[in-house]
Amino acid sequence: MDMSVIVAGFGGQGALLAGIILCHAAVIEGKKTTWIPSYGAEMRGGAVNCAVNISDDEIGSPVIDKADFVIAMNDVSQIKFEDKVKNGGCMIINSSLSNIKPNRKDINYIEIPLNELAHKLTQPAFVNVIALGAFIEKTKVLKMESVISAMTEMAKTLSEKKRKLLPNNIESLKFGASFIKNPLPVS
Amino acid sequence: MAKVLVKGNEAIAQAAINAGCQCYFGYPITPQSEIGEYMGAHLPKMGRVFVTAESELASINMVIGAGTTGAKAMTSSSSCGIALMQESISAMCCAEVPGVIVSVMRGGPGLGNIAPAQADYFQALKGGGNGDYKTLVLSPSTVQEAIDLTYRAFYLALKYRNPVMLLADGILGQMMEPAEFGEYPYEDPDVSTWALDGANNREPRNIVSLHMPEGAMEERTNRLFEKYQAMQENETTYEDFMLKDAKLVITAFGTVGRVAKTAIKKAREAGMKVGLFRPITLFPFPDKALHDVAENADLILDLELNKGQMLLDVRSAVFGACPVEFYGRTAGGLLTPDSIYEKICELYKKIDNKIEAGVN
Repeated sequence: MDMSVIVAGFGGQGALLAGIILCHAAVIEGKKTTWIPSYGAEMRGGAVNCAVNISDDEIGSPVIDKADFVIAMNDVSQIKFEDKVKNGGCMIINSSLSNIKPNRKDINYIEIPLNELAHKLTQPAFVNVIALGAFIEKTKVLKMESVISAMTEMAKTLSEKKRKLLPNNIESLKFGASFIKNPLPVS
Repeated sequence: MAKVLVKGNEAIAQAAINAGCQCYFGYPITPQSEIGEYMGAHLPKMGRVFVTAESELASINMVIGAGTTGAKAMTSSSSCGIALMQESISAMCCAEVPGVIVSVMRGGPGLGNIAPAQADYFQALKGGGNGDYKTLVLSPSTVQEAIDLTYRAFYLALKYRNPVMLLADGILGQMMEPAEFGEYPYEDPDVSTWALDGANNREPRNIVSLHMPEGAMEERTNRLFEKYQAMQENETTYEDFMLKDAKLVITAFGTVGRVAKTAIKKAREAGMKVGLFRPITLFPFPDKALHDVAENADLILDLELNKGQMLLDVRSAVFGACPVEFYGRTAGGLLTPDSIYEKICELYKKIDNKIEAGVN
């Protein structure tokens, strides 16, 4: 099994964190994994992304040429990474923040209104984790329980204030997954 | 001990702590600032020394001060910051002061950019400092190896009383992957015979890099080079990946080595006999081993994230045993598995054509 995924958005949406959660879950399942961020002059509001590899075998390049999957949490990321999806690959588009039509016929698109979905949940809810839930449900690359365990473990290292948001995160994750099983009409 | 998910820079910092690093002196610079940040968060709590120096020049000179007392000291920086340290690295080699210098390379020359690159091979190996000297240089390609080589760097610095450089790049510094820390595996050499620990009940000592009496500096330099010879004999290491029957041998150091592996696996699946020779110690360079490999190969392809620096050491080691080609990107341009694979295909055709034509 080899899975390469790019998570992209604007600074503050949690693209990097979504990638780290994925890696932690991969470690829990005993898989090999790498995570590498775009780094440097990134800031809140600026474009940010990370590349994650998950595999049963040793991972050579942490840098991804063409990804099996791209999670684009805004329109800028959608434009930037549409060409980085492998032929036959898949891209999640955040229809809440993008009106741009898909350009390619050789890949699958999943349109998810991430921000509208987040508003339906206990606040605060998290678009990155909703997208992660959708990704896991769609690809089955890791078990949902592993992702929950990963978030639970990571929460232990956080401050009391942030730790309290774990249930919200789990709710977001599950809601993302349920959207794939049964897409809701969003009003 | 279980594997943990850890960022390259933080892995180096934690490994330094495990290795018993007593003092860290540094000045922040991308892409290695997490090392200083991590040290700042942990060392003071452990009763060890952490100083944010006023410059890289100050950092390396603080390392010299600590090193002369036999303490395990470290600094870290990136390209243009390491450039400022060159004079002091030369002085450390001359005066035989141990210390660990972590260099996480970014794009250059000049202030360059903050993207990953390997363009400081010459800086690390051929030195910007004056005189006849050598720095031990270790080059990790994975986060696990960054931990293992950080341990080794502290050990070798004391063993040889010489600065040791851990030469990484922005990819390794910034990436996360699972790794195991284990325990510091070395028994540290005794420093009591030379360390400046207060001349109480013994003759005073000094550790200096100025040797004026007639013949003194040549004698010292000769002795230093006996030490470098011992490093060459005892410490040279490299990775052999699918070299046994390889016709096309890739040479690469650091992260380029691991990227090349993905391309090599793909080439093997397509029936091409390709392997990787990856020097882990850049000085001492594994030249004898590389020469032996070259004698059984049809072609060597050297890959680097620069304009061809290790290439000179590769050519020198190969010494005409087979042709050497170079392919590189620099200053943030990356070698990807696909681009390496294309290069392999292109060059492998040349080898096949030669064999068909009966040319050896």
